[in-house]
Amino acid sequence: MSQSYNRGLIEDFGRWKEFSAGMWAWIFHKFTGWMLIGYLFTHIAVLSTAIGAASGDVALIQQETDVYTQTIQGLESLFIIRILEVGLLAVAVFHILNGIRLLMVDLGVGLTAQDKSFYASLVLTGIITVASVPTFLDGVAL
Amino acid sequence: MSTQQEQPKEPESQEAPEDPEMRGAESPQQERLKEKEQGLAQAEAVDESDVEGETVHLKVFRYDPEVEGKQEPRFDDFYVPFEKGMTVLDAVMYARDEFDSSLTFRHSCRQAVCGSDAFFVNGRQRLGCKTQISELEQPVRVEPLPHQEVVKDLVVDMDHFYDQMHAVEPYFQDEDTPATNDLEEQRQSPENREKIKMSSRCIWCGACMSSCNIAAGDNQYLGPAAINKAYKFAMDDREGAEIKEHRLRILEQEHGVWRCQTQFSCTEVCPKDIPLTEHIQELKREAVKKNLKFW
Repeated sequence: MSQSYNRGLIEDFGRWKEFSAGMWAWIFHKFTGWMLIGYLFTHIAVLSTAIGAASGDVALIQQETDVYTQTIQGLESLFIIRILEVGLLAVAVFHILNGIRLLMVDLGVGLTAQDKSFYASLVLTGIITVASVPTFLDGVAL
Repeated sequence: MSTQQEQPKEPESQEAPEDPEMRGAESPQQERLKEKEQGLAQAEAVDESDVEGETVHLKVFRYDPEVEGKQEPRFDDFYVPFEKGMTVLDAVMYARDEFDSSLTFRHSCRQAVCGSDAFFVNGRQRLGCKTQISELEQPVRVEPLPHQEVVKDLVVDMDHFYDQMHAVEPYFQDEDTPATNDLEEQRQSPENREKIKMSSRCIWCGACMSSCNIAAGDNQYLGPAAINKAYKFAMDDREGAEIKEHRLRILEQEHGVWRCQTQFSCTEVCPKDIPLTEHIQELKREAVKKNLKFW
């Protein structure tokens, strides 16, 4: 809306300390959504370039230089990739849980508990992420 | 002192008796004010040294485009003696009556019915007359409602809010009024009354609209208050199906109910505890039902 003076960061996202649960849920949902879209396209780019046989070259397939497996093994041997995988899981789990919460909100179920369900999805995300760490960081050197 | 101007080097503390401007005051009124303020300041000094919390420290937003010294927005400090049961409105009224008569804000009924005194208090939209000072952290920051043009001090331009409220046709419409020889009243079932009860509590204070992030970014968005108003009539059984469809047509437009992102900001700040988000969500479902008729 129009303003007769500039209050700068007093308003909007500068007010993040005063945000309520619903506002944080909205921000996190947008953020995780964009992260997942970003991951999706990176995923497609990496995998499609990793398939050496994608060109249909029979000779290349017969050589058994399995570019795909090599790419995946190469990536998985990197510590940073494992860390990013944990992050991806956290982002995806939160997006799923909060998505269910939003579905409930759209159906008009439990609207009075909307803040509690947000905190619950946060806590659940945390637990699942922490629990996944041993699996994701298994057998990788720092 | 009604159009008080301040030097830039004195950005605050209008009530401070040591203010050189106050000493240099010439008019009898300012003399009297000076004496009064000095007396009050002494009382305050005693209070402050005595017990912490006896006075309320207010930081009030000041701005007036018509006065040269106030064109730059600033905060003024006021130390108001605390009384049990004091509300934010009481405190700013005291500050206006005793310290600075140019302090401008709207208020009328002082009992959360007229909806004039919605302020941005300590980072949240609240009704001044309904907010206890004792529940707030000090200093209490009192600002005009965000996302609305500030006219002067705590007064914001409500025209846009009222435009949105009127856009949903907030009045009862029915083609066929009951026959005069028949029943003259248009009776509502208790169940239906119960359904629209909360939505009818709106006092048009504009707190929800000000708290809404979407309304801040989209000037055409109807806003929680207007949609809630539409809910009140759309859910009223006494209105015909045709008029309900007409209401839903207004609401399902691009800047209608679908702009709501369910952040629950409006529901949280509403001084009348109206479940605004719930009502908006219900209207979304009604709009879908109207358009998707498989049966």
